[in-house]
Amino acid sequence: MSQKHTRRRTSYDGIVVTVPVSVAYERYSPEPAHWWLGRALSKLGESADIGAGDIDGLCASSFTLFPDTAVGLSQHFGLTPRWLDHIPTGGASGVIALRRAARAVQSGDANVVACIAGDTNHVDSFRSMLTSFSRFSQDASYPYGSGGPNGSFALMTRDYMNTYDVTREDFGKLCVAQRKNALNFPTALMKSPLSLEQYLDARRISDPITLYDCVMPCAGAEGYLVMSEDRARELRLPFARVLSTIERHNAFPDDAVQIRGGWALDKDEFWDMAGVAPCDIDLLQTYDDYPVVIAMQFEDLGFCEKGTAGEFIRANTFTTDGSFPHNTSGGQLSVGQAGAAGGYLGIVEAIRQLTGGAADNAVAGAKLAAVAGFGMINFDRGLCSAAAILAGEDA
Amino acid sequence: MTEPLKRPSKKNPQKRTVLPTLPPHARSRKALAFTAAAAEGVLKLQQCAACTHITYPPREICPKCWSMDLSWVPVSEGGELVSETTLRTSINTHFRERMPWRIGTVQLDAGPSVLAHVHGDVEAYSRVRVIARTDKSGQGVMMALPEKETPNMADDRQLRALTCDPKFRRVLITDGRTELGQAMARALADAGASIVFVGIAEAWRPYAGSAELAGIPGVEIMPLDITDTISVEELAGEIGGKTDILINTAEYVRPGGAMERDGVVTARDEMEINYFGLMRLIQAFGPGMKFRGADGDNSACAWVNLLSVYALSNWAAFGTTSASQAAAYSLSQCLRGELAGSGVKVMNVLFGPLDESWRQPLPPPKVTPKRLARTVVESLQQGLENVTLGPVAEDVVRRFREDPMVLERELTQIQLG
Amino acid sequence: MTTKKNILSDIGQALLSGEIDTIDLTHTLDPDFPVIVLPPEFGQCARFRVEEVSRYDERGPAWYWRNFSCGEHTGTHFDAPVHWISGKDLPDAAVDSIPPDAFVGPVCVFDCSAESQADEDFLLTPNFIRKWEESHGKIQAGSWVLMRTDWSKRSGAEYLNMRDDGAHTPGPDADAMRYLIDKRDIRGFGTETVGTDAGQATHLSPPYPAHYLLHGANRYGLQCLANLDKLPATGAILVCPPLKIKHGSGSPLRVLALVDRSAP
Repeated sequence: MSQKHTRRRTSYDGIVVTVPVSVAYERYSPEPAHWWLGRALSKLGESADIGAGDIDGLCASSFTLFPDTAVGLSQHFGLTPRWLDHIPTGGASGVIALRRAARAVQSGDANVVACIAGDTNHVDSFRSMLTSFSRFSQDASYPYGSGGPNGSFALMTRDYMNTYDVTREDFGKLCVAQRKNALNFPTALMKSPLSLEQYLDARRISDPITLYDCVMPCAGAEGYLVMSEDRARELRLPFARVLSTIERHNAFPDDAVQIRGGWALDKDEFWDMAGVAPCDIDLLQTYDDYPVVIAMQFEDLGFCEKGTAGEFIRANTFTTDGSFPHNTSGGQLSVGQAGAAGGYLGIVEAIRQLTGGAADNAVAGAKLAAVAGFGMINFDRGLCSAAAILAGEDA
Repeated sequence: MTEPLKRPSKKNPQKRTVLPTLPPHARSRKALAFTAAAAEGVLKLQQCAACTHITYPPREICPKCWSMDLSWVPVSEGGELVSETTLRTSINTHFRERMPWRIGTVQLDAGPSVLAHVHGDVEAYSRVRVIARTDKSGQGVMMALPEKETPNMADDRQLRALTCDPKFRRVLITDGRTELGQAMARALADAGASIVFVGIAEAWRPYAGSAELAGIPGVEIMPLDITDTISVEELAGEIGGKTDILINTAEYVRPGGAMERDGVVTARDEMEINYFGLMRLIQAFGPGMKFRGADGDNSACAWVNLLSVYALSNWAAFGTTSASQAAAYSLSQCLRGELAGSGVKVMNVLFGPLDESWRQPLPPPKVTPKRLARTVVESLQQGLENVTLGPVAEDVVRRFREDPMVLERELTQIQLG
Repeated sequence: MTTKKNILSDIGQALLSGEIDTIDLTHTLDPDFPVIVLPPEFGQCARFRVEEVSRYDERGPAWYWRNFSCGEHTGTHFDAPVHWISGKDLPDAAVDSIPPDAFVGPVCVFDCSAESQADEDFLLTPNFIRKWEESHGKIQAGSWVLMRTDWSKRSGAEYLNMRDDGAHTPGPDADAMRYLIDKRDIRGFGTETVGTDAGQATHLSPPYPAHYLLHGANRYGLQCLANLDKLPATGAILVCPPLKIKHGSGSPLRVLALVDRSAP
């Protein structure tokens, strides 16, 4: 892939993200996705004290909204946006929504964009969602045991562990730290502490993956607003600045097994644009559906060299008070995975951390946050990767 | 090393029969070309005509050069297992009932990396042979096997799910009066079938080889006349619940076209055996086999129809027989449709002239009954659904696939000499 | 007129009282009952087959019925003169045109059971017939003649008794047929075997003499008969009307015999 003739991305100066909202997750919900997305929108309105007339951009993500898309939502929600996007990138949707909404606002296509993601979880909806995920998966993945994401990530995990120096204990350390963070996050579905022994002794799911490597599917929704800094000040909303964002799809298609993500293609520009270095970051929110992906994000975003995530994990602590605060709300591993909202969890948490909205799980003095997203297992690998660097108002 | 399969114990009459559940069967239309090749045991992937790139999963366009000209070609079965996992949970009921299940990523020598089922004897990160077969849903899948044969390899649980190995299974051969039926009985007995039921019509007429047939260990002679609905129903009533493999060896062949015949008596006899006979078998044995597609190690697994290759396109020298074979072939396709979802495969063997009395004046090459029997056994062991046997059949099938209309012209033009 | 009326009335009374026994000489039409087997390149006799049309089910909720199919020479059956080439041009020689009085009449029974048991290729000869007449009297013109061999008691492969050189079953020789037709003017000839001719009759002269001579003389045949051992040598009445098939060469049928139980 030639990078030589690619124009560099222009900055996101003057664009802010604000009003992080989460609709408390439920393991199963009888409500449809429309309810969850609607609730996220109404919470945005309540928190910002704005109404439909103030929002002229809408960006939505959901797996369970069928037969609707963001288009149908505009009518359902009484919005008349002049900019609309439906983002199907799953775990990368939160960051990608931010990036696209930021450009819309920056270019004047919209003033205030509501970014929302949500999914319901009926008793059988996870299974039926998985079996209609993609054509490549349908043709070339499901027939092989139908392990769902567990199987795909197990293959990645096995290959990664075989290639690099990383152990089950290392992955366990991340999961245990996230659970500790979650205990201070009121709406996390996982409410009991997790020990490394419990992690290591857990029920096997798909070797080498065990129970606590996996997220729990649930219903929930997340949302935030993107607008100009000026507008945020007018509305007196605490905000975070967008220093840099990237997205990339189907990177490294010839790797036999996915061992790196698209971040690796874009990381230099990513940091350059933000004008900061990985060591400046106060907290990182990764997409954490399986620890192996966390390890890839550490490496491919530049927090450590490729292949050294194990060492990096052993050298750091990941709780909110640790040397490397990570997934401070507990991540999907402990909060739950509310479908597409799982791709929003990290960015919403990062905004909270930078705007003084994090309570018992606040990272002291947090000014710079990095957020990464990863999504859409198509056939054998996740195709979408994205990342953003956000800065607090005073940073 | 694979644990050798144990002879299945007798069925517990107090337990409900396990009903067939299926692995995911939905496929794109493009992927059906993979399935069609897998049904013949051939691993085919798409190759770009413009840049020769081999691609997978099935696509509409070459991802390297954007040529739309992708064609399915046989590729090397060689590869290397680069990652693997043993699934212990599944969202699919079929697999959930069969956990744990080993799968892996194979880097094929042909280029792409693919997901595949993995045989228990494959060692981590080793060279493998990747076969394409149809699974219980009837769709094509890949399985990585050890590069070299291992002890009891065929008994691997996951491999046996893709094959129709006669070992410990109960087989019905519908006509044992002929050399073919008798060769078939012997081949199945040699392949480890636990019982070989052999149908004999009109026991009041003696037939050659009867004593030898009865003497084959495991053979049980059963009255069966597939032209007689009552006879077929009576036998199904007796053994329909334990027929795991049905091999229809009955055939009625007479030379001649339609115009050179007087009347339809012979043609009716052809239809009675080749078409209605098959239909009677389907009606009597089909439902029981369909129900028993997941009934343990000796579940019902295969229905074998032996068909003249001229079922594909009429050969006037055996014109009305060809027509009845075409009807039978069509009915066999119907059977495949009706058994879909049961886990029971329909194997069609298209063969060239058989070496038997009604084709005696035909020139070689011919297929001997023994060869046909051996091919059926091997194809069951491999889990194939479509088999072409003999140089003549291979030639006709190749031409048929190239262009059925040209083949029709070839077979109907004025015969020289 | 009065006498005739009395005869039928007497028979009626005798039938009702049981003085006259009705004997069934018919095999059940069964799909697995043997039929004659010709060399494979010839057309073959269709087997008896049935297919259900409905059985108190969705195909017909209150009724049970079936289609059956068979040849004109399947099971216990009647041979009309047109069956054979020697009778092809005779008048009234198909089952629909044969005068109906041919179907009811007196019957003589030759007991060849001992001879047939001793020799499966036993041939009925004029000599045998003359001996029979010495004991039972001269065969009345217009009689049916049946050859009892007890072959109907055989089953399975024993019945056709096929070997590599053909079937081995008893039957009449040509002279016996000539004697019965020319000297005794019989109406028809019946056997327990699958044909009126012996199993090896293709090697006689003329081949298949019973068929050739009987039908050439506009006489009839019956085969696959049963229960001949229950008939007296003389004195019984045979009832054998075939189905009235247009230009039929023969027909499966029910063959009955009326036997006077009071006869000595």
